[in-house]
Amino acid sequence: MKLLTLNFLTCAVKTCKSSSASFPLHPKNCELVSDTLAPNPKLLANILPRLDWAALSTIALELNLPTLPENAPSPESLAENEQLTKDLHSLLLETQISEGALVCANCGHEYAIKEGIANFLLPNHLV
Amino acid sequence: MLPTPSTSHVAFERIYEPAEDSYLLLDTLSAQNEKAFLSERFNYNTGTMGQHSPAPVVFEIGTGSGVVIAFLHAFAEVIFGRADIITSGVDVNSYACKATEETVKVAEKDQTTQTESHGFYLGNTLADLTSCLKSGAVDILVFNPPYVPTPELPALPTISEKLEQPSYEDDSHLLSLSYAGGADGMETTNRLFDDIPRVLSKDRGCAYILLCAQNNPTEVKERIRNWGTEWMAETVGSSGKKAGWEKLQIIRIWRVEKIANSNLRASA
Repeated sequence: MKLLTLNFLTCAVKTCKSSSASFPLHPKNCELVSDTLAPNPKLLANILPRLDWAALSTIALELNLPTLPENAPSPESLAENEQLTKDLHSLLLETQISEGALVCANCGHEYAIKEGIANFLLPNHLV
Repeated sequence: MLPTPSTSHVAFERIYEPAEDSYLLLDTLSAQNEKAFLSERFNYNTGTMGQHSPAPVVFEIGTGSGVVIAFLHAFAEVIFGRADIITSGVDVNSYACKATEETVKVAEKDQTTQTESHGFYLGNTLADLTSCLKSGAVDILVFNPPYVPTPELPALPTISEKLEQPSYEDDSHLLSLSYAGGADGMETTNRLFDDIPRVLSKDRGCAYILLCAQNNPTEVKERIRNWGTEWMAETVGSSGKKAGWEKLQIIRIWRVEKIANSNLRASA
Protein backbone atom coordinates (compact mmCIF):
# COMPACT_ATOMS: atom_id res chain seq x y z
CA MET A 1 0.00 0.00 0.00
CA LYS A 2 1.27 3.46 -0.78
CA LEU A 3 2.27 5.34 2.35
CA LEU A 4 -0.05 8.08 1.12
CA THR A 5 -3.01 5.82 1.97
CA LEU A 6 -2.45 6.68 5.63
CA ASN A 7 -3.77 10.15 4.88
CA PHE A 8 -7.18 8.60 4.17
CA LEU A 9 -7.41 5.77 6.72
CA THR A 10 -8.84 5.92 10.20
CA CYS A 11 -9.64 3.42 12.94
CA ALA A 12 -12.55 1.19 11.89
CA VAL A 13 -13.94 0.88 15.41
CA LYS A 14 -17.17 2.90 15.43
CA THR A 15 -16.62 4.58 18.78
CA CYS A 16 -13.22 5.87 17.64
CA LYS A 17 -14.72 7.88 14.77
CA SER A 18 -15.62 10.72 17.13
CA SER A 19 -12.10 10.95 18.51
CA SER A 20 -9.46 13.00 16.71
CA ALA A 21 -6.82 10.60 18.02
CA SER A 22 -8.03 7.91 15.61
CA PHE A 23 -6.49 9.75 12.64
CA PRO A 24 -3.87 9.33 11.42
CA LEU A 25 -3.10 5.76 12.35
CA HIS A 26 0.47 5.31 13.49
CA PRO A 27 2.88 3.01 11.64
CA LYS A 28 4.47 0.30 13.79
CA ASN A 29 7.38 -1.89 12.69
CA CYS A 30 6.71 -0.94 9.10
CA GLU A 31 8.88 -2.18 6.26
CA LEU A 32 9.06 0.45 3.57
CA VAL A 33 9.80 -0.19 -0.09
CA SER A 34 10.24 2.29 -2.88
CA ASP A 35 8.81 2.15 -6.36
CA THR A 36 10.45 4.15 -9.11
CA LEU A 37 8.06 6.58 -10.72
CA ALA A 38 8.79 9.10 -13.43
CA PRO A 39 8.52 12.69 -12.15
CA ASN A 40 4.93 13.91 -12.34
CA PRO A 41 4.80 17.53 -11.14
CA LYS A 42 1.14 17.98 -12.18
CA LEU A 43 0.00 15.02 -10.10
CA LEU A 44 2.13 16.06 -7.14
CA ALA A 45 0.90 19.65 -7.20
CA ASN A 46 -2.77 18.60 -7.33
CA ILE A 47 -2.47 15.91 -4.66
CA LEU A 48 -1.13 18.36 -2.06
CA PRO A 49 -4.35 20.37 -1.54
CA ARG A 50 -6.29 17.12 -1.10
CA LEU A 51 -4.16 16.10 1.87
CA ASP A 52 -4.20 16.63 5.61
CA TRP A 53 -0.74 18.17 5.87
CA ALA A 54 -0.48 17.86 9.67
CA ALA A 55 -1.22 14.13 9.45
CA LEU A 56 1.36 13.77 6.70
CA SER A 57 4.01 15.53 8.78
CA THR A 58 3.25 13.32 11.76
CA ILE A 59 3.77 10.17 9.69
CA ALA A 60 6.99 11.51 8.12
CA LEU A 61 8.32 12.28 11.59
CA GLU A 62 7.40 8.86 12.97
CA LEU A 63 9.11 7.11 10.08
CA ASN A 64 12.30 9.23 10.30
CA LEU A 65 11.72 10.55 6.80
CA PRO A 66 12.88 14.03 5.69
CA THR A 67 11.11 16.76 7.69
CA LEU A 68 8.34 18.49 5.83
CA PRO A 69 7.74 22.26 5.80
CA GLU A 70 5.08 23.54 8.19
CA ASN A 71 2.55 24.09 5.42
CA ALA A 72 1.90 22.46 2.07
CA PRO A 73 4.00 24.26 -0.54
CA SER A 74 2.23 26.14 -3.30
CA PRO A 75 2.79 24.95 -6.89
CA GLU A 76 5.05 27.99 -7.42
CA SER A 77 7.31 27.29 -4.45
CA LEU A 78 7.38 23.61 -5.39
CA ALA A 79 8.55 24.47 -8.90
CA GLU A 80 11.41 26.50 -7.37
CA ASN A 81 12.50 23.92 -4.80
CA GLU A 82 14.02 20.87 -6.46
CA GLN A 83 14.94 19.08 -3.26
CA LEU A 84 11.48 19.49 -1.76
CA THR A 85 9.90 18.25 -5.00
CA LYS A 86 12.17 15.20 -4.91
CA ASP A 87 11.38 14.51 -1.25
CA LEU A 88 7.62 14.84 -1.77
CA HIS A 89 7.70 12.77 -4.94
CA SER A 90 9.48 10.03 -3.03
CA LEU A 91 7.28 10.24 0.07
CA LEU A 92 3.89 10.58 -1.57
CA LEU A 93 4.21 8.71 -4.83
CA GLU A 94 6.96 6.13 -4.43
CA THR A 95 6.96 4.95 -0.81
CA GLN A 96 5.01 1.79 -0.04
CA ILE A 97 4.46 -0.13 3.19
CA SER A 98 4.92 -3.85 2.56
CA GLU A 99 4.68 -5.22 6.11
CA GLY A 100 3.93 -3.86 9.56
CA ALA A 101 1.00 -2.54 11.52
CA LEU A 102 -1.11 0.60 11.93
CA VAL A 103 -2.07 1.61 15.45
CA CYS A 104 -5.01 3.67 16.65
CA ALA A 105 -3.91 6.17 19.29
CA ASN A 106 -7.42 6.24 20.71
CA CYS A 107 -8.20 2.58 21.37
CA GLY A 108 -4.81 0.93 20.75
CA HIS A 109 -6.15 -1.48 18.13
CA GLU A 110 -3.51 -2.67 15.67
CA TYR A 111 -4.22 -3.33 11.99
CA ALA A 112 -1.75 -5.73 10.38
CA ILE A 113 -0.26 -5.10 6.95
CA LYS A 114 0.76 -8.24 5.04
CA GLU A 115 2.18 -8.24 1.53
CA GLY A 116 1.18 -4.62 1.16
CA ILE A 117 -2.46 -5.10 2.14
CA ALA A 118 -3.78 -3.72 5.43
CA ASN A 119 -6.43 -5.73 7.26
CA PHE A 120 -9.22 -3.64 8.76
CA LEU A 121 -11.63 -6.49 9.40
CA LEU A 122 -12.57 -6.38 13.07
CA PRO A 123 -13.09 -9.28 15.45
CA ASN A 124 -16.78 -9.73 16.33
CA HIS A 125 -16.60 -8.03 19.72
CA LEU A 126 -15.37 -4.76 18.17
CA VAL A 127 -17.87 -4.44 15.32
CA MET B 1 -15.90 1.88 -26.70
CA LEU B 2 -13.20 1.61 -24.05
CA PRO B 3 -11.80 -1.91 -23.67
CA THR B 4 -12.67 -3.93 -20.55
CA PRO B 5 -9.61 -4.49 -18.34
CA SER B 6 -8.32 -8.03 -18.47
CA THR B 7 -9.20 -10.27 -15.53
CA SER B 8 -7.81 -13.51 -16.98
CA HIS B 9 -5.46 -13.90 -14.01
CA VAL B 10 -8.33 -13.94 -11.48
CA ALA B 11 -9.53 -17.08 -9.62
CA PHE B 12 -13.29 -16.98 -10.09
CA GLU B 13 -13.86 -19.90 -7.69
CA ARG B 14 -13.52 -17.36 -4.91
CA ILE B 15 -13.67 -13.94 -6.54
CA TYR B 16 -16.69 -12.41 -8.27
CA GLU B 17 -16.39 -12.74 -12.04
CA PRO B 18 -17.37 -9.61 -14.03
CA ALA B 19 -20.96 -9.97 -15.17
CA GLU B 20 -23.83 -7.89 -16.54
CA ASP B 21 -23.83 -5.69 -13.43
CA SER B 22 -20.10 -4.92 -13.73
CA TYR B 23 -20.48 -4.06 -17.42
CA LEU B 24 -23.44 -1.79 -16.69
CA LEU B 25 -21.23 0.18 -14.31
CA LEU B 26 -18.46 0.47 -16.90
CA ASP B 27 -20.90 1.52 -19.63
CA THR B 28 -22.67 4.05 -17.41
CA LEU B 29 -19.51 5.67 -16.05
CA SER B 30 -18.02 6.05 -19.52
CA ALA B 31 -21.22 7.19 -21.22
CA GLN B 32 -21.55 10.75 -22.49
CA ASN B 33 -23.82 11.95 -19.63
CA GLU B 34 -21.57 10.81 -16.81
CA LYS B 35 -18.42 11.95 -18.56
CA ALA B 36 -20.01 15.39 -18.82
CA PHE B 37 -21.10 15.37 -15.16
CA LEU B 38 -17.74 14.16 -13.87
CA SER B 39 -15.61 16.36 -16.10
CA GLU B 40 -17.56 19.38 -14.98
CA ARG B 41 -17.67 18.50 -11.29
CA PHE B 42 -13.95 17.73 -11.17
CA ASN B 43 -12.86 20.26 -13.73
CA TYR B 44 -9.10 20.56 -13.68
CA ASN B 45 -9.29 24.31 -14.11
CA THR B 46 -11.73 25.34 -11.41
CA GLY B 47 -9.51 25.40 -8.34
CA THR B 48 -9.36 28.26 -5.87
CA MET B 49 -6.91 31.12 -6.28
CA GLY B 50 -6.19 30.23 -9.91
CA GLN B 51 -4.74 26.84 -8.97
CA HIS B 52 -5.92 23.63 -10.47
CA SER B 53 -8.65 21.79 -8.60
CA PRO B 54 -7.34 19.09 -6.21
CA ALA B 55 -6.85 15.54 -7.48
CA PRO B 56 -10.16 13.62 -7.26
CA VAL B 57 -10.16 10.57 -4.98
CA VAL B 58 -11.98 7.59 -6.49
CA PHE B 59 -12.83 4.72 -4.13
CA GLU B 60 -14.49 1.47 -5.06
CA ILE B 61 -16.19 -0.54 -2.33
CA GLY B 62 -16.10 -4.27 -3.05
CA THR B 63 -13.62 -4.32 -5.91
CA GLY B 64 -13.90 -8.09 -6.60
CA SER B 65 -11.75 -8.83 -9.65
CA GLY B 66 -10.84 -5.14 -9.86
CA VAL B 67 -12.40 -4.69 -13.29
CA VAL B 68 -14.26 -1.47 -12.38
CA ILE B 69 -11.54 0.35 -10.44
CA ALA B 70 -8.98 -0.67 -13.09
CA PHE B 71 -11.25 0.80 -15.77
CA LEU B 72 -11.61 4.13 -13.94
CA HIS B 73 -7.89 4.13 -13.19
CA ALA B 74 -6.78 3.42 -16.76
CA PHE B 75 -9.27 5.67 -18.55
CA ALA B 76 -9.26 8.56 -16.09
CA GLU B 77 -8.44 11.12 -18.79
CA VAL B 78 -11.43 10.06 -20.88
CA ILE B 79 -13.92 9.73 -18.00
CA PHE B 80 -12.91 12.60 -15.70
CA GLY B 81 -11.15 14.82 -18.20
CA ARG B 82 -7.94 14.49 -16.19
CA ALA B 83 -5.42 11.77 -15.39
CA ASP B 84 -4.35 13.09 -11.98
CA ILE B 85 -6.83 11.02 -10.02
CA ILE B 86 -6.14 8.94 -6.91
CA THR B 87 -7.70 5.48 -7.01
CA SER B 88 -8.13 2.86 -4.32
CA GLY B 89 -10.47 0.07 -3.27
CA VAL B 90 -11.59 -2.13 -0.45
CA ASP B 91 -12.97 -5.65 -0.29
CA VAL B 92 -13.78 -8.11 2.52
CA ASN B 93 -12.19 -10.87 0.43
CA SER B 94 -8.39 -10.97 0.75
CA TYR B 95 -8.06 -12.83 -2.56
CA ALA B 96 -10.10 -10.11 -4.24
CA CYS B 97 -7.77 -7.47 -2.80
CA LYS B 98 -4.75 -9.23 -4.26
CA ALA B 99 -6.48 -9.84 -7.59
CA THR B 100 -7.57 -6.19 -7.83
CA GLU B 101 -4.00 -4.97 -7.38
CA GLU B 102 -2.95 -7.25 -10.25
CA THR B 103 -5.85 -6.15 -12.47
CA VAL B 104 -4.99 -2.49 -11.94
CA LYS B 105 -1.31 -3.21 -12.62
CA VAL B 106 -2.15 -4.94 -15.93
CA ALA B 107 -4.54 -2.20 -17.04
CA GLU B 108 -1.98 0.45 -16.13
CA LYS B 109 0.73 -1.34 -18.08
CA ASP B 110 -1.58 -1.52 -21.13
CA GLN B 111 -1.87 2.24 -20.95
CA THR B 112 1.82 2.97 -20.52
CA THR B 113 2.87 0.74 -23.41
CA GLN B 114 0.62 2.87 -25.60
CA THR B 115 2.04 6.03 -24.00
CA GLU B 116 -1.41 6.76 -22.61
CA SER B 117 -2.11 8.27 -19.17
CA HIS B 118 -3.60 6.65 -16.08
CA GLY B 119 -4.42 7.52 -12.47
CA PHE B 120 -2.44 7.01 -9.28
CA TYR B 121 -3.39 3.82 -7.45
CA LEU B 122 -2.86 3.60 -3.68
CA GLY B 123 -3.57 -0.12 -3.35
CA ASN B 124 -6.44 -2.18 -1.92
CA THR B 125 -7.43 -2.58 1.71
CA LEU B 126 -9.15 -5.51 3.36
CA ALA B 127 -12.10 -3.78 4.99
CA ASP B 128 -15.85 -3.70 5.46
CA LEU B 129 -17.45 -0.93 3.39
CA THR B 130 -16.20 2.53 4.37
CA SER B 131 -15.29 1.66 7.97
CA CYS B 132 -11.58 2.38 7.49
CA LEU B 133 -12.03 5.72 5.69
CA LYS B 134 -11.77 9.12 7.34
CA SER B 135 -14.58 11.65 6.95
CA GLY B 136 -14.67 13.42 3.60
CA ALA B 137 -12.08 11.04 2.15
CA VAL B 138 -13.98 10.17 -1.02
CA ASP B 139 -14.84 12.29 -4.04
CA ILE B 140 -16.24 9.49 -6.21
CA LEU B 141 -17.51 6.33 -4.53
CA VAL B 142 -18.48 3.31 -6.62
CA PHE B 143 -20.32 0.27 -5.27
CA ASN B 144 -21.69 -2.81 -6.97
CA PRO B 145 -23.23 -4.32 -3.84
CA PRO B 146 -24.31 -7.82 -2.94
CA TYR B 147 -27.87 -6.98 -4.10
CA VAL B 148 -29.60 -10.36 -4.35
CA PRO B 149 -32.43 -10.83 -1.82
CA THR B 150 -31.50 -13.81 0.36
CA PRO B 151 -33.03 -15.27 3.56
CA GLU B 152 -29.77 -14.69 5.43
CA LEU B 153 -26.78 -12.44 5.24
CA PRO B 154 -23.44 -14.30 5.20
CA ALA B 155 -21.07 -13.44 8.06
CA LEU B 156 -18.11 -11.19 7.29
CA PRO B 157 -14.67 -12.79 7.47
CA THR B 158 -13.04 -12.06 10.82
CA ILE B 159 -9.36 -11.55 11.31
CA SER B 160 -9.07 -14.92 13.02
CA GLU B 161 -9.86 -16.75 9.79
CA LYS B 162 -6.90 -18.25 7.99
CA LEU B 163 -7.35 -18.32 4.26
CA GLU B 164 -4.09 -19.91 3.16
CA GLN B 165 -5.66 -22.99 1.59
CA PRO B 166 -9.31 -22.24 0.93
CA SER B 167 -11.68 -25.17 1.01
CA TYR B 168 -14.78 -25.48 -1.16
CA GLU B 169 -16.80 -24.10 1.80
CA ASP B 170 -14.42 -21.14 2.13
CA ASP B 171 -14.80 -20.41 -1.58
CA SER B 172 -18.60 -20.66 -1.43
CA HIS B 173 -18.66 -18.33 1.53
CA LEU B 174 -16.48 -15.78 -0.22
CA LEU B 175 -18.65 -15.85 -3.32
CA SER B 176 -21.83 -15.55 -1.26
CA LEU B 177 -20.45 -12.36 0.25
CA SER B 178 -20.34 -10.92 -3.26
CA TYR B 179 -24.04 -11.47 -4.07
CA ALA B 180 -26.09 -12.18 -0.93
CA GLY B 181 -27.90 -9.03 0.19
CA GLY B 182 -30.29 -10.31 2.86
CA ALA B 183 -33.71 -8.66 3.22
CA ASP B 184 -34.74 -7.07 -0.11
CA GLY B 185 -31.09 -7.50 -1.08
CA MET B 186 -30.46 -4.21 0.74
CA GLU B 187 -28.92 -5.02 4.11
CA THR B 188 -25.33 -4.24 3.11
CA THR B 189 -26.25 -1.35 0.82
CA ASN B 190 -28.23 0.25 3.64
CA ARG B 191 -25.21 0.04 5.91
CA LEU B 192 -23.23 1.87 3.27
CA PHE B 193 -25.92 4.54 2.92
CA ASP B 194 -25.66 5.19 6.67
CA ASP B 195 -22.03 6.21 6.17
CA ILE B 196 -22.23 8.03 2.84
CA PRO B 197 -22.92 11.50 4.28
CA ARG B 198 -19.80 11.19 6.45
CA VAL B 199 -17.38 9.74 3.93
CA LEU B 200 -18.18 11.79 0.82
CA SER B 201 -16.28 15.07 0.52
CA LYS B 202 -18.62 17.96 1.32
CA ASP B 203 -18.01 20.06 -1.76
CA ARG B 204 -17.84 17.52 -4.58
CA GLY B 205 -18.44 14.01 -3.24
CA CYS B 206 -20.71 11.74 -5.26
CA ALA B 207 -21.55 8.04 -5.28
CA TYR B 208 -22.59 5.49 -7.90
CA ILE B 209 -24.54 2.53 -6.54
CA LEU B 210 -25.93 -0.39 -8.51
CA LEU B 211 -29.40 -1.66 -7.64
CA CYS B 212 -31.72 -4.34 -8.98
CA ALA B 213 -35.51 -4.08 -9.28
CA GLN B 214 -36.08 -6.08 -6.10
CA ASN B 215 -34.12 -3.49 -4.11
CA ASN B 216 -36.97 -1.02 -4.73
CA PRO B 217 -34.86 1.67 -6.40
CA THR B 218 -37.69 4.24 -6.42
CA GLU B 219 -38.05 3.98 -2.66
CA VAL B 220 -34.26 4.08 -2.25
CA LYS B 221 -33.98 7.31 -4.20
CA GLU B 222 -36.81 8.88 -2.17
CA ARG B 223 -35.08 7.93 1.07
CA ILE B 224 -31.87 9.61 -0.03
CA ARG B 225 -33.64 12.77 -1.14
CA ASN B 226 -35.22 12.87 2.31
CA TRP B 227 -31.77 13.22 3.89
CA GLY B 228 -32.05 16.93 3.09
CA THR B 229 -32.70 19.39 0.28
CA GLU B 230 -29.07 19.29 -0.72
CA TRP B 231 -29.22 15.57 -1.51
CA MET B 232 -29.92 14.33 -5.03
CA ALA B 233 -30.43 10.79 -6.29
CA GLU B 234 -31.11 9.89 -9.92
CA THR B 235 -30.97 6.84 -12.14
CA VAL B 236 -28.12 7.39 -14.58
CA GLY B 237 -27.94 3.98 -16.23
CA SER B 238 -30.10 0.90 -16.60
CA SER B 239 -29.90 -2.53 -18.14
CA GLY B 240 -32.99 -2.00 -20.20
CA LYS B 241 -36.18 -3.99 -20.36
CA LYS B 242 -35.60 -7.30 -18.64
CA ALA B 243 -38.03 -9.30 -16.54
CA GLY B 244 -37.47 -10.29 -12.92
CA TRP B 245 -34.82 -9.32 -10.43
CA GLU B 246 -32.03 -8.95 -12.94
CA LYS B 247 -33.35 -5.58 -14.10
CA LEU B 248 -30.47 -3.38 -13.00
CA GLN B 249 -29.88 0.33 -12.64
CA ILE B 250 -27.15 2.65 -11.46
CA ILE B 251 -28.13 5.53 -9.22
CA ARG B 252 -25.97 8.58 -8.71
CA ILE B 253 -26.07 10.24 -5.30
CA TRP B 254 -24.64 13.70 -4.80
CA ARG B 255 -24.99 16.95 -2.88
CA VAL B 256 -25.83 20.30 -4.40
CA GLU B 257 -25.52 23.64 -2.71
CA LYS B 258 -28.43 24.40 -0.42
CA ILE B 259 -31.13 26.48 -2.09
CA ALA B 260 -31.43 29.87 -0.38
CA ASN B 261 -34.54 30.16 1.78
CA SER B 262 -35.86 33.12 -0.19
CA ASN B 263 -35.92 31.04 -3.37
CA LEU B 264 -37.92 28.32 -1.63
CA ARG B 265 -40.53 30.78 -0.39
CA ALA B 266 -40.85 32.36 -3.82
CA SER B 267 -41.58 29.01 -5.48
CA ALA B 268 -44.04 27.85 -2.78
